Amino acid sequence: MAENRLAIAMSPHVHSNESVKKIMYSVVIALLPAFCVSVYFFGLNAIRVTLISIVACMAVEWLIQKFLLKGKTTIFDGSAIVTGMLLAFNVPANLDWWIIVIGAIVAIGIAKMTFGGLGNNPFNPAIVGRVFLLISFPSQMTTWPTPQPIWDIKALDAVTGPTPLGLLNEGQMVDYNYMDMFIGNMGGSLGEMSAIALLIGGIFLLIRKVITWHIPVAVLGTMAAFSAILWGVDPTKYADPLFHILAGGALLGAIYMATDMVTSPMTGKGMLVYGVGIGIITILIRTWGSYPEGMSFAILIMNALVPLINNWCKPKRFGEVVKPPKEEVKK
Amino acid sequence: MLRTFPKGGVHPQENKISKGNPIERIELPKQVMIPIAQHIGAPAEPVVAKGDTVKVGQLIAKSTGFVSANIHSSVSGTVAKIEKTIDTSGYKNTCIFINVEGDEWLETIDRTPDLKTEITMSAEEIRAKIAECGIVGTGGATFPAHVKLSVPQGKKCEHLIINGVECEPYLTADHRLMLEHTEEIMVGCKIIQKATGAEKIIIGIENNKPDAIAKMTEAAKKYGITVMPLKVKYPQGGEKQLIKATVNREIPAPPALPIDVGCVVQNVGSTFAIYEAVQKNKPLFERVVTVTGKSVKSPKNILARVGTPLSHLIAAVGGLPEDTGKVVNGGPMMGKAVKSLEVPVTKGTSGVLMFKQSESVRMEENACIRCGKCVSACCMGLEPYLLKNLAKIRDFDALKEERVLDCIECGSCSFTCPAGIPITDYIRYGKATVTKILRSKK
Repeated sequence: MAENRLAIAMSPHVHSNESVKKIMYSVVIALLPAFCVSVYFFGLNAIRVTLISIVACMAVEWLIQKFLLKGKTTIFDGSAIVTGMLLAFNVPANLDWWIIVIGAIVAIGIAKMTFGGLGNNPFNPAIVGRVFLLISFPSQMTTWPTPQPIWDIKALDAVTGPTPLGLLNEGQMVDYNYMDMFIGNMGGSLGEMSAIALLIGGIFLLIRKVITWHIPVAVLGTMAAFSAILWGVDPTKYADPLFHILAGGALLGAIYMATDMVTSPMTGKGMLVYGVGIGIITILIRTWGSYPEGMSFAILIMNALVPLINNWCKPKRFGEVVKPPKEEVKK
Repeated sequence: MLRTFPKGGVHPQENKISKGNPIERIELPKQVMIPIAQHIGAPAEPVVAKGDTVKVGQLIAKSTGFVSANIHSSVSGTVAKIEKTIDTSGYKNTCIFINVEGDEWLETIDRTPDLKTEITMSAEEIRAKIAECGIVGTGGATFPAHVKLSVPQGKKCEHLIINGVECEPYLTADHRLMLEHTEEIMVGCKIIQKATGAEKIIIGIENNKPDAIAKMTEAAKKYGITVMPLKVKYPQGGEKQLIKATVNREIPAPPALPIDVGCVVQNVGSTFAIYEAVQKNKPLFERVVTVTGKSVKSPKNILARVGTPLSHLIAAVGGLPEDTGKVVNGGPMMGKAVKSLEVPVTKGTSGVLMFKQSESVRMEENACIRCGKCVSACCMGLEPYLLKNLAKIRDFDALKEERVLDCIECGSCSFTCPAGIPITDYIRYGKATVTKILRSKK
């Protein structure tokens, strides 16, 4: 009789059909345009670095879950793939394979699995991996191959050149062609250069409701406003706002790294505070710090503040009175 | 721009399969089972005994307090037994079983279909009549109507808001009622207005029912009633959300009531029942029930007698589909899954839904990725993920502090969670325990 098979469960009995897997693979899809641009400029090297990074991240997660935790393996939930892609996008395209593997071990092993795996890590794993590499291998991590279209023979020789932010850090003001910067024809990490490709992916994520506008707008808006003030004070010494947004990892950081759900605040209000913090710290480091790029450090610093931000920026309760009338204690 | 409530909410697939099917009566069952607790408040006290013969509309259980409601027989026949049985709520309750013999109504009930627009009773008499006829909110909360319509001294009812939102997916009972009994609902509004002294009447209807909006707007002109189309968003049929959407006022945290912000809310189903009680002297013993599901042969909107077993309704729509995995009493967002199909229709049964096997399985629970979707879906401005975590570690003081009691259990957080965490379940547990602790302290 059918009646004996009836399931008993509490409401709601329907679900939005959204899943962690779908969200993670949406991020992978959103990163594809930028990946294509990097293949165009760096050729097979871009594919090599990205594949090594993804495979290493998945392998590290699998090994830890299988042999250390002896539990369920979840490497196909997409989160390790996203970490692998983001790590690859944050390193130079000519990086040695073993350095990438070390980055993956730090990102997944230390920054993610130590804290209990997906959902429990306070810091963005890919950025932790990247910063570890930057500090441990400073020369390899800052030797950037110059972009060459695939068919250009010279691409085979590792021609290296400076990044816009690197030059700025040395005190040089270079006239960059903004169109080149917009498309991605400049020195830099593998996946961070092409503004247009990153924006296309960002719009996809917005439409898919994987991210909200709060963090990207707050980060980029703050960066633009802060650098505009400095530029207004002395245009010969400081770079203009557009340069800051197009150069370095600003867009990659604002759209894909700072918006990582696990390590960003829960409410719109909190996201704005968090984004403004990242914007200010990034410009501070870029302008006065010894590192040319400050996006990674800014995101990590604000990651640390997320629990506090969540506590400060609670949503307004329905029907909440601003100052609740205190009940008089009757004697 | 259509109005709606600003904070939170979700948009589940509507699946209003039965919206084109007119309300119909079906053959009476052989036996009905009428629970004495079909409303919020004290259960009624049976006034019949085994072997008594009753007529349709006869009082069989008497209200036992102010917040309680009378129960009337929905059929004519002989009382077979009165015993404790698991009813639609899933709990054991006293139920009155009546064997159906013919269909003989009390002579006092006006069974003509004529519209009676003239309201002769005074406010006092209207409230007494509504209490006598056992009218409760038919939207699902089943709060006794006469209590809502008694405006306490010192309070004023500015807005009477009629809930024609029907924001639950699948359900079409209120939709059909608005199309087929438009004038009766209008008169019902005027009756409630007289009882409460309301200055304005607003009927809120979601925009996915354009035919009902058109018909109601046309009829409302004569009566000086405003029909307000609203943007489709769940849970707009919640009292607090509806008041916010229509008149932009927020009810403070419990125990505050709609009347504290000058509003009284009634469902269109209750409004129709109030019309029938006051103008036709007919107690609430039958209601429109949407019987539907994706695999159901012929989904219907059935005018069912209270006490009819769900199996009888299911037989009327072509039987239980072979692939059924779950049967829900009410809507898919807030309804209850039933264990047995022999439980009865009550005053609060708005629908009987049959879910396919594939729709009855919950998603596997994954780790929370702190995406914040539950926070943005919460229509009460709570942080469901936090309440879930606190409930898990049983920190009831913190739960109270985080206002777990504000939760209306609409289910939007569970609905939206990509990790498939049954957040609403955890919050229900927290809410129930906090309530218990507070009661024991008193």
